[in-house]
Amino acid sequence: MTSTAWRIELELEPSRKDPLGNAALQSLAARGLPLQSDLRVGRGYLLPGTLNRDQVEQIVSRLLADPVNEVARIFSPEETDEQGDQTLLVRRMAGVSDPEALTATRALGLLDIDLPDGGQVESYRSYRCLEPVNAALYLEQGGRALANLTIEEASLGSASIGLHPEPTARQSVRTVVPLLDLDDAALKAVSGSMSLALTLEEMQAIQTWYREVGREPTDVELETMAQTWSEHCKHKTLTGPVAFQQLDENGAVVAERNYENLLKQTVFAATQKLAPDWCWSVFKDNAGVIAMTEEIGIAIKVETHNHPSALDPYGGAGTGIGGVIRDILGTGLGARPFASIDVFCVGPSNMKHEDLPPGVMHPDRILDGVIGGVRDYGNRMGIPTVAGTIIRHPGYVANPLVFAGSLGEIPRKYVDKAARPGDLIVAFGGLTGRDGIHGATFSSEALHEDSESVDSAAVQIGDPITEKKVLDVLIQARDRDLFTAITDCGAGGFSSAVGEMGEAIGAEVDLDRAPLKYPGLSYWEIWISEAQERMVAAIDPSNLEELQQLCTTADVSLTVLGTFADHQRLVLRWHGEVVADMPMEFLHGGVPQPVRQAVAKAAPANDTAWPETAEVSDLLLKVLGHPSVASKEWIVRQYDHEVQGGTVLKPYQGANGHGAGDGTVLKPRLDLPQGIALGCGLWPRQAELDPYAATANAIDEAIRNAVAAGGNPHRTAILDNFCWGDCRKPDRFGSLVLAAEACYDAAIAYGAPFVSGKDSLNNEYRVGDEEKAIPPTLLCTAISIVDDCAKTVGTPLYAEGNLLILIGQSSDDGGASVASDLLGLADSRVPRPNFETAPSVFAAVYDAIQADLLVASHDLSEGGLAAAAAEMLIGSPELGIQLDISRVPCSDATSSLGRLFAEDPTRFLVEVHPDNLEDFATIFRTLSWATIGNVTTSGKLVIHDQRDQILAEISALQLAQANGILA
Amino acid sequence: MKPRVLQLFTSGVNCDRELRFAFESAGATVTEMHVSKLIKNPDAIKDCDVFAIPGGFTYGDDLGAGRVLALEVERYLADALQDLHERGGSIFGVCNGFQVLVKAGLLPQIEGVKISLTWNASHRFECRWSRLLVEAPMGHILPVGSVLPAVSAHAEGQIVLAQGDADVQRLTEAGVVALRYCDKNGKPTETWPDCPSGSRGAIAGLISKSGRILGLMPHPERNLSPLHLPDRGRGAWGDGTEGIEFFRGMLAPYLAGVPS
Repeated sequence: MTSTAWRIELELEPSRKDPLGNAALQSLAARGLPLQSDLRVGRGYLLPGTLNRDQVEQIVSRLLADPVNEVARIFSPEETDEQGDQTLLVRRMAGVSDPEALTATRALGLLDIDLPDGGQVESYRSYRCLEPVNAALYLEQGGRALANLTIEEASLGSASIGLHPEPTARQSVRTVVPLLDLDDAALKAVSGSMSLALTLEEMQAIQTWYREVGREPTDVELETMAQTWSEHCKHKTLTGPVAFQQLDENGAVVAERNYENLLKQTVFAATQKLAPDWCWSVFKDNAGVIAMTEEIGIAIKVETHNHPSALDPYGGAGTGIGGVIRDILGTGLGARPFASIDVFCVGPSNMKHEDLPPGVMHPDRILDGVIGGVRDYGNRMGIPTVAGTIIRHPGYVANPLVFAGSLGEIPRKYVDKAARPGDLIVAFGGLTGRDGIHGATFSSEALHEDSESVDSAAVQIGDPITEKKVLDVLIQARDRDLFTAITDCGAGGFSSAVGEMGEAIGAEVDLDRAPLKYPGLSYWEIWISEAQERMVAAIDPSNLEELQQLCTTADVSLTVLGTFADHQRLVLRWHGEVVADMPMEFLHGGVPQPVRQAVAKAAPANDTAWPETAEVSDLLLKVLGHPSVASKEWIVRQYDHEVQGGTVLKPYQGANGHGAGDGTVLKPRLDLPQGIALGCGLWPRQAELDPYAATANAIDEAIRNAVAAGGNPHRTAILDNFCWGDCRKPDRFGSLVLAAEACYDAAIAYGAPFVSGKDSLNNEYRVGDEEKAIPPTLLCTAISIVDDCAKTVGTPLYAEGNLLILIGQSSDDGGASVASDLLGLADSRVPRPNFETAPSVFAAVYDAIQADLLVASHDLSEGGLAAAAAEMLIGSPELGIQLDISRVPCSDATSSLGRLFAEDPTRFLVEVHPDNLEDFATIFRTLSWATIGNVTTSGKLVIHDQRDQILAEISALQLAQANGILA
Repeated sequence: MKPRVLQLFTSGVNCDRELRFAFESAGATVTEMHVSKLIKNPDAIKDCDVFAIPGGFTYGDDLGAGRVLALEVERYLADALQDLHERGGSIFGVCNGFQVLVKAGLLPQIEGVKISLTWNASHRFECRWSRLLVEAPMGHILPVGSVLPAVSAHAEGQIVLAQGDADVQRLTEAGVVALRYCDKNGKPTETWPDCPSGSRGAIAGLISKSGRILGLMPHPERNLSPLHLPDRGRGAWGDGTEGIEFFRGMLAPYLAGVPS
């Protein structure tokens, strides 16, 4: 039953241009509904019908409408909208959170207007065409183009619209699920019907355990196990046994290796072997922590939020950032977030709508959504989003990837934590609702064409201001030593947070105490809801009052959920009745681990050479426009990448702000000289040919980014994020094993320990019978300590007359490079780092920066030498570059295009004053390097070849335009 | 005695650390207070020389930037702020703080001029460096005609005026236009990207006739050293001293002690 409501729509003054209206027209046209009419977008609000007109007008003028810029359209509950058939209304579905409406509801108090009991405001959007349109078509097509029908609903203004009713209440009496007498088929059916995502072996293990204890499980016990044992929380594949076979391109076995625990024997093993004393916390907390100074540590974590972002890019990416920020808040006794990272992998821009698989959004719409989600969450939190990139590849059309990373600052004394028996379990922050039920189990399964309708409850909308309040309170409470332990509510909600904190001691929780967004949740929904912006802490009972005061001042909800115990059991109660009682040991240790098969077959060798004759200028301009190389400045400028005042080497640099940087440098503490440099690398196109090389290159690139900017390679830690297909399939898992092996080898070679990591498997998409996996995608993130932020270097050219020196060895290996992609070459030769020399190259670059020898420094990446040189000039267009590629360090046989466009790792193009050449040579000695050009004032990039022919001569302006720079 | 700054805090304020650092670097002592405490005890404002509202997204800017905090300021703090101003104290707002001052009616306080700050002409959040030309009414803080480089980072920074250019003229003549976006030659401009919002009259900041209520959109507190500059102090964005000079200029009257 919906209640009647006032409808308020605030549009821009008719005389003003409406950019949102134009954007809406473009979206409609792209969906096949080109309108001749102008369109005005409105901010809509529904107010309870019990208010009188005076009150409504007061609310509009004093609270909602801009006094200069907006006009209001107001409809009383009885009025009809004359233009209703040409106005589309888009609102959130019942139960989807609406933070804007909550702000409005509360602000009414400032106007002394009280809403009737339970009365609320709702927000929506209106799209009013100024000319009549075909109403049925507008509703149908417009709904698809302008609403996200997974979480929103569209209607016409001519239909009556009322406030959503409160969500329906569910059962809330203790319920058992009979399992003891079920056969295998019935066990699988239970897992399926309850959306548990448990395998048959796991269901059998559960059945066996309950047979031993002689009772049936309750629903919430099964739900708890499904969360705790989910791939998302437990990482069963990477931590389980695997039998691996490596095949050559003809399918003959060339090697076999077995692992008991792949992750432990590769990624963790490297860290254990290196074991530097500056790593304060690795792989045991929500984030890794390394030392910046003796007292201050840096926590870092990168997560993925892929499946939610496929269904709702905006909400999925926003809650992705929100979630990883909470990981940082929940590290140690609380770290203060100071930077965010985002990396997106989406389909190509030129996909036609008709070529999209059913139920899949266009890649551009996904990209817009995820950028918006990161922007609005990060900017509102006041945490600068400073690093990241975008990969476009057809393999991501149906299953985009969204990586979100966060960094925090934490005093050393707060790094360790442990809940104690007798501590109170307190929850603070957001309220619990029905949103995000089964997120952890949902993310552990493949997407399918019905995902958009059946999994909508797994999608959440974030509320950054609530999380900001949590951050404010948390740091204050930490500094008053109020916590004994703290963690965030992420996947699995309370079940994971309490389960993990109480793993060693036990916990008792009264689920009826949880503060709810609306009444009527059942106890198991409360227990596993992934509602956002919530933290769980262990506190000594004597600290409750002080924490309560802090929360009250900051307007943060705080609730005592229960107590930590000493019985090593998990006990849940609902209004006093026990609804779950399980030993922690079974919950955390009972998951069966079958041996998984993994097979990696080598890609067919194909040594396609670079063509002898190619128009270099034309190719370079195309390379600069390739999505992997094109400027991302338009995205970075939407992020507040300088908030907190510590961004001292920016993602886009130079007087014009167009110079693409390598590593971003941040000062988390404004009063200290130290900082950190960040880099990231991923090479999914290479991984399709050679997963080992691609992984080694990703690690090399991440470290290279940070070192190019001035990061200390001897104080560099790295993070792994594996995004793979369904690893129950041996071919998918095979490439992952190779990538994990490369992780070990590279970490040892570079002396860079892994400090944190995450995997997201099952990135597959099902259409009918066909299952498609994404390209194997390993994102490496590197963090390097910067001892003095003054000793950091940007990429833009510095001054006329300086030398340009190429550091590192080049080759003809063009496999999966941007240029070979553009030329349509089938080259399979993927370059890989030389683990013998690469660490020395990084050390030398660092020494040269410390000795103030480099005035500009840029690493070579996608697009190779040519793209790097162009980017250095784009950041200083008043200067120029003269390059002679005959001097590039490489074998004589290397072709011109190979020298210019191949993407060998461990290379830098640096600018050095001629007077410093001798000192430079002293540092670099016998490493590969050569002076290959100099800085001019021509405003052009001029490239000469071995025969002193001019291969290309392009102006800085042309380069910038090709790179997609707007102004 | 050091000048005393009282910095307002509430849900969504997020530029408090760097603003505090800027004030402290310029010689002030800074006290921070949550609006919920201040509402209970507005007299706390009596103990400060400068009342400052930092940047952020107060209450999410859900109903328009700064709207809800402006209502709170108007309703609960207006008298205490008026009292502070009358006894010679200053009120300062940056970014969201400026939006609050405008929406609460504390700036520009010119009869007949209806003003608001709304979405940038691009309708996008923009984070980029801006050059701000110092106009005569702000001459007691920085040299007139000098340029203050600062970071624009906002979605709703466009000044809109009911009477358009006629209102710009009224404001200019009334002596309340403190700062204008300008190009690299120091010429005021309403054009993107030098003016990121398309603000009417290129207005980036306003000041009261008294010279003691000041607000601006871009962030001078993010320009406190050459390391902050996009070109690392090679000249296109000043030498990294302008930001701290701005704060020193604002605090200068209070260096001698409590204003009478």
